Amino acid sequence: MNILIIGANSAIARATARLMAARGETLYLMGRNSERLQELVNDVEVRGATISGSQVLDLGDPDTIKGTLQDAVNALGSLDAVLICHGSLPDQSQCEADYQAAKQAINVNGLSVIALLTELAPIMSTQGSGTIAVVTSVAGDRGRQPNFVYGAAKAMVSTYLEGLRGKLLKSGVHVIDIRPGLVDSPMTAHMEKGPLWAMPEQVAIRIVQAIDKQQHTVYTPGYWRLIMAIVKSIPAVIFKRLKF
Amino acid sequence: MEISGWGQYPRHTATIIEPPSAGDVQTALRQSADLPLITRGRGKSYGDSSLANSVLSSRLLDNYISLDQNNLKLQCGAGITLGSILELIVPLGAFLPVLPGTRHVSAGGALAADIHGKNHHGKGSFSDHVDSFRLCLANGEIKQCSRTRNKKLFAATCGGMGLTGIVLDMTLKLLPIGNDQINNRTVVSKNLDESLALLAEHSSSEYVVSWIDCLAKGDALGRGVVFVGEHATGQESGKTGRPPGLSIPVPFHTPGLLLNRYSMSLFNNTYYGLHNKSQPDQQVHYERYFFPLDRIQSWNRLYGRRGFLQYQLVLPLPAAKEGIRQILERVADAGKGSFLAVLKQFGPGNDNYLSFPCEGITLTLDFKKEASVFGLLEELDKIVLAHQGRLYLAKDARMTAETFKACYPNWEEFLAVKQQVDPDNRFASLQSDRLGLTPARNTRS
Repeated sequence: MNILIIGANSAIARATARLMAARGETLYLMGRNSERLQELVNDVEVRGATISGSQVLDLGDPDTIKGTLQDAVNALGSLDAVLICHGSLPDQSQCEADYQAAKQAINVNGLSVIALLTELAPIMSTQGSGTIAVVTSVAGDRGRQPNFVYGAAKAMVSTYLEGLRGKLLKSGVHVIDIRPGLVDSPMTAHMEKGPLWAMPEQVAIRIVQAIDKQQHTVYTPGYWRLIMAIVKSIPAVIFKRLKF
Repeated sequence: MEISGWGQYPRHTATIIEPPSAGDVQTALRQSADLPLITRGRGKSYGDSSLANSVLSSRLLDNYISLDQNNLKLQCGAGITLGSILELIVPLGAFLPVLPGTRHVSAGGALAADIHGKNHHGKGSFSDHVDSFRLCLANGEIKQCSRTRNKKLFAATCGGMGLTGIVLDMTLKLLPIGNDQINNRTVVSKNLDESLALLAEHSSSEYVVSWIDCLAKGDALGRGVVFVGEHATGQESGKTGRPPGLSIPVPFHTPGLLLNRYSMSLFNNTYYGLHNKSQPDQQVHYERYFFPLDRIQSWNRLYGRRGFLQYQLVLPLPAAKEGIRQILERVADAGKGSFLAVLKQFGPGNDNYLSFPCEGITLTLDFKKEASVFGLLEELDKIVLAHQGRLYLAKDARMTAETFKACYPNWEEFLAVKQQVDPDNRFASLQSDRLGLTPARNTRS
């Protein structure tokens, strides 16, 4: 398979790239930090991947994304799967105090993904096949007090993906929404860990599986589907009083 | 966060720093508070060598850098485990020349403890197969170390328990193999003389190790089972990846009292009885051969919440037999045996200042942590020192500074190198404080 991974330096993407490398897939990697990107290129090559290229890409500004995928598409030839994995966890209270901070968080976690999908959709549609998998979050399922800016950005992407899935159905392109729960990664290094936390490697296994099986919305680990079903069922009159 | 070594004694509250890549180690070192710091791989050393107020985890430095299949050289990050390296290289017909008893050890940890395996008599220890490594010093400077570049730093870091700096990555030499199987032969011995004779007799075989019934007394003292292994030849057989077979979890601490002199005795007798007839040679998958205990996840919990102490000593050859006999007698008398008593013959040691192996016989015992064990171990220390032996730092949680300095005659040369690269003793573990290698700046908990 020819696979494009965007946000490749994220812990989840790194783990997924390694699994795909072990299967001998062909990868094109895009990430922000060039040193870490090169490190990953070397790593997955040793693990068995063929690298068709890599590119440094900063997704902080959605307005600059147009055209940036062309090199990757040319290098890979065809896109069997695209994994969009980048994101950053903003400081919620800072976002509430300062619109610029909220805007930045929504740019990185929300609009930049939509900008990428806008680039990808026609390419994939013309190609008439392939899978787009996007890592969103369980945080997008409900606006919770501690991180509703991040949650709003992720919800935006999830809603967009749902629509896009239908739109691309006839062209044979499949869309997957991957919603991880709490993942122990450098992005969450500052947070206290508990029993619900998962490792990026677990999430990666589910991503590969979801692409293989052409699933639609994947909660990972699986127990988050149940947890979020319960959370979603809480009426607003109670939910507004919850601080979790 | 409260952490401990594999023996679960002692426990210590530490601040954990986890740099996401080698490039972030310097920054992490610069930004972390001026606390005594030690690098921790997968936390598989038994005692307090990876405990300090501030702990830098190498977990995420688990990337490969290059693999040269023609010359059998692998360059990898310090945080990658030996088990995952094997998963990569075995299907390519290569193996790691030195392996410990668990697949979960990191390459950095293996280097820092200069670990040995069942083939020490033929292949030496881990660092003997390390071409070079990159070391991040206390001041953030990165040094390339090998036998020709920064030689002293190389010799101090291999076996140096993380006290010279942070190993970022290394280049390993690999061993060519035909397939993933090991031919295993089992030979029963009736007493210590026989066990030692069998170990010596098979010293031309690749892997030789003996399990000892450490509760047997009198004429049966030192009886056991000797396992002799060779890599199977031929490229076809058994290229099957990981072995099928169940892995048994130990999800919680069992009450420590389940392991007492009666249950230990029962176990030792049964285990000896099971092997007490000649068995045909058999082929086993390398994982089953090298890492049998990995099939019981968290087996350390069997010793209960208070944990256990592992005690590994080596005695130089001429006096070894007599010393081992005295130690086994003392342990059998105390009735404090372990179910993991292992005997093995080492080949010559290397030039590293603090590497454990030297030509002689090594014995490994473990003991449930209880107050009375410390006195017994003090007595054993005396027997070890009287026979010019030494104790393994990767297992140790309790030896005194005096014992350490008597065991490791090159400690002053080690310290001279450390003081050159780490004058402020930025790198210090609970163990190095205890052994008098660093001023005791770590708080005790």
